[in-house]
Amino acid sequence: MLTFIGLGLYDEKDITLKGLEAIKDADLVFAEFYTSALAGSTLETMEQLYGKKIVVLSREDVERADQILTRAKDQNVVLLSGGDSMIATTHVDLRLRAIDQGIHTRVIHGPSICSAVCGLTGLQNYRFGKSATVTFPYKEQISEAPYDTIKANKEHNLHTLLFMDITEKYMTINQAIELLLRVERSREEGVIKGIAVGIARAGSENPMVKADYVDRLQKYDFGPSLHIMVFPGRLHFLEAEALIKLAGAPLEIRSEVL
Amino acid sequence: MTRRKKMVERVKKLMNKPEKIRDIGIVAHIDHGKTTLTDSLLAGAGIISQELAGTQLFMDYYELEQQRGITINAANVSMVHEFEGEEYLINLIDTPGHIDFGGDVTRAMRAVDGAIVVVDAVEGVMPQTETVLRQALRENVKPVLFINKVDRLINELKVDKKEMQLRLSKIIDDVNELIKGMSKEKYEQGWKVDASDGSVAFGSALYKWAISVPSMKQSGIGFNEVYDYCQKDDVKSLAEKCPLHQILLDMVIPHLPNPLEAQKDRISVIWYGDRKSIVGEAMEKCDPNGPIALMVTDIMMDPHAGEVATGRLFSGVLRRGQELRVSGMPATSRVQQVGIFIGPDRLEVEEAPAGNIVAITGIKDVIVGSTISSIEMTPFESIKYVSEPVVTVAVEAEHTKDLPKLIEVLRQLSKEDPTLKVEIDEETGEHLISGMGELHLEIVAYRIEHDHKIPITTSPPIVVYRETVQGRAGPVEGKSPNRHNRFYITVEPLPKEVIQLIKSGAVSMRVKELERRQLLMDAGMDKEEAKNLAGIYGSNVLLDMTKGIQYLRETMELILEGFEDVMRNGPLAKEPCQGIKVKLVDVKLHEDAVHRGPAQVIPAIRHAIHASILMANPAILEPILDVYIHVPADQMGSASREIQGRRGQILDVHSEGDLVIIRGKAPVAELFGFAGDIRSATEGRALWSTEYAGFEVLPSNLQVDIIRQIRQRKGLKLEMPKPSDYVDL
Repeated sequence: MLTFIGLGLYDEKDITLKGLEAIKDADLVFAEFYTSALAGSTLETMEQLYGKKIVVLSREDVERADQILTRAKDQNVVLLSGGDSMIATTHVDLRLRAIDQGIHTRVIHGPSICSAVCGLTGLQNYRFGKSATVTFPYKEQISEAPYDTIKANKEHNLHTLLFMDITEKYMTINQAIELLLRVERSREEGVIKGIAVGIARAGSENPMVKADYVDRLQKYDFGPSLHIMVFPGRLHFLEAEALIKLAGAPLEIRSEVL
Repeated sequence: MTRRKKMVERVKKLMNKPEKIRDIGIVAHIDHGKTTLTDSLLAGAGIISQELAGTQLFMDYYELEQQRGITINAANVSMVHEFEGEEYLINLIDTPGHIDFGGDVTRAMRAVDGAIVVVDAVEGVMPQTETVLRQALRENVKPVLFINKVDRLINELKVDKKEMQLRLSKIIDDVNELIKGMSKEKYEQGWKVDASDGSVAFGSALYKWAISVPSMKQSGIGFNEVYDYCQKDDVKSLAEKCPLHQILLDMVIPHLPNPLEAQKDRISVIWYGDRKSIVGEAMEKCDPNGPIALMVTDIMMDPHAGEVATGRLFSGVLRRGQELRVSGMPATSRVQQVGIFIGPDRLEVEEAPAGNIVAITGIKDVIVGSTISSIEMTPFESIKYVSEPVVTVAVEAEHTKDLPKLIEVLRQLSKEDPTLKVEIDEETGEHLISGMGELHLEIVAYRIEHDHKIPITTSPPIVVYRETVQGRAGPVEGKSPNRHNRFYITVEPLPKEVIQLIKSGAVSMRVKELERRQLLMDAGMDKEEAKNLAGIYGSNVLLDMTKGIQYLRETMELILEGFEDVMRNGPLAKEPCQGIKVKLVDVKLHEDAVHRGPAQVIPAIRHAIHASILMANPAILEPILDVYIHVPADQMGSASREIQGRRGQILDVHSEGDLVIIRGKAPVAELFGFAGDIRSATEGRALWSTEYAGFEVLPSNLQVDIIRQIRQRKGLKLEMPKPSDYVDL
């Protein structure tokens, strides 16, 4: 059996009780931290709490999948990921391949950044459009996909959740804004303007949430990782109030509500 | 003031008068007497003594060049010549004749406007005569002809007067035939060599005499007189009455263009920028008031001054302290010295104006082929090399402590000589150097040991192979490791005509798109395909046949990287690929950029192309050389056997006098050690040369063995690779 377990947002204690029990029952515990990471924890503290040795897999290991699938055929195998396992979409293929090989699979959910963002900012979940990841440029090539996504969402008055690349290092909100502004400077379609929201260390004791105009937000120091941001569409009046009270947004956003 | 100093003063004065300048090169088949001719010209100009010329081989200033009696590097020299009461400045570049150094010839041609083509009166037009003439015409360099060693016709072959005239005019006809064949247009514009108008001279570089039709009228010395003098063995009187340098430079000045005339025609051939731009117009006018535009044709390491970049200045005036930029480099750097060449000496000058061949120091990150300029400009088209590296050796420092120095020296050597490729084998950590032949690499090793004082060991030479396909395959599906992206690839052989266009440099990604498309279509490529050219690597192309796929544009760089990866390391034995047309026919991308990054796209493309090649009847190609042997008739059998015994083929045999000329071809792999073997087989009486003849499919009975051998050498697994190693089938 292969069980995908979401570890939640920030540290080892974000796992659900169901998840914890599943780990305790497991014959073999794999984990991967390339799709997300638990910024407030270490492997040792996790192993201590879960009472199990954890085998950390690289991206190549997970993608090749051979050792996971071979062991899952006759053993109780769990694969731990930050957040909720299927949100970053990467593991769907692994689950399908397991099913094709006759392996029983299940998912035990963990708290996801997608819901945490609503909780921290007061932005309403049903008003979010497609998400996108801001990636580090490869050989000067900046992906315009996040820009297109924000643009399309704004056209429908929808918010955009922007994940930050963690492949080389943890991208900061400041870097992400700079990359988006570079696309804006070449395309000049007026997408990267107005209010944006930066969130750091969701799930920790001291998360930082700040809403401000993009150019001001870019100069803000959000502190240690992980960072994430939202480019809101036009705000519902209650969302505007929430951003003022929860994220220190400037008062004039009240006049821009739907 | 010494004679030499006076000369320098005259040179400096003439540098400012472009109508009085001739930038010329001397080109020839090996041993036809190019370097001897250069020496005699220098002697005539008073730069070296008359007595030493011919034996001193002044331009061959590398010790090794002198030992072997051949020229390796193109060297430069400026000299003054008086013609019809006026002084002229001749900037002369000497070029090597051995095939292993073909890159130098091509580079030198970029810097000059005219060339003296030297042909041996006895041997006549030879394969490299054709090669160098082709190089000259391609760069829009105008030729004149000097037929050398005329005395040998008389004294060695003992032909009579009539026969001599016949032989000489046959050489002229042969050269004109070549010019006509290579560029009908130029030929019709009057670029033929003609004894009656004075664009052909006859003589002996060694004995320093020459005659031409104009000189006959002046001196009264014609073929009859020459014949008699030679028969009497009185070449000394001939040299006094018809001094070689006088006659040759008298031929150069009216028949070869000055920079003003030449740049008007040549800029469009050697530069693809906008001719109406400031720099374009300045170059066409050879304008000293224009921006600096310098094309670097040679780099040398000077122990005191550092890197010396030599090149042709097409516009502007070079001065010390100027801030100049090197094409493709972000920063500017400052000129430390500006110089000209008097033989091996570089002489510092205050300034050097457009139209001259100049040397500068202080410029960082410059390589041969770089464009140096004072304003942002389209670089000169990269210089095209006719041959490709075909032999590799591994070099290793004898003492580990020398390793950093060796790396530095190798980097330097490959900068100086772009035909030399230096790579590090990532698995073994060996330094591999690839060059144009066994001799080329021997010279490189010699330089490392003697000039740079690093004791090294070198492996036996290894042949560089190529991989290609003989059939078509696909669409093959390549999945990214995360399986969220799919790429569909087909491969097939690229038509010969298209390969030719790419190899000649006529089609490259730098050529304007419309022009490129037309050229490809003229070569028989389908219109849709020609339109969708996405990348060229070696002589392989990538075509993007997809339509309207979102985010493909920002993924293209990764796709190209995967493509280039395979073209560098083919699936059979990790040898470079050649002549493969790779088509991207469909793509499915994940919408989010993080799921289609380099770690996903590059391997997906690589696997799909690897598998496609393996499914398309792949084959190993090996490099071939044409071999020309001149040998006395009684040694013909032994000489032929030396070719036939090496998987070679005799293509043609004909006799000239008592000599037999054998033309054949053989694989590079079998030609190692040929020099020694042919010498002993013919008691040292054979004269031979080789010419790069491209790659041919390795005989099928050898394919598997050679692939195994290469795989073993490279530490790859020995089983033959299968498509299923790369993709799910």
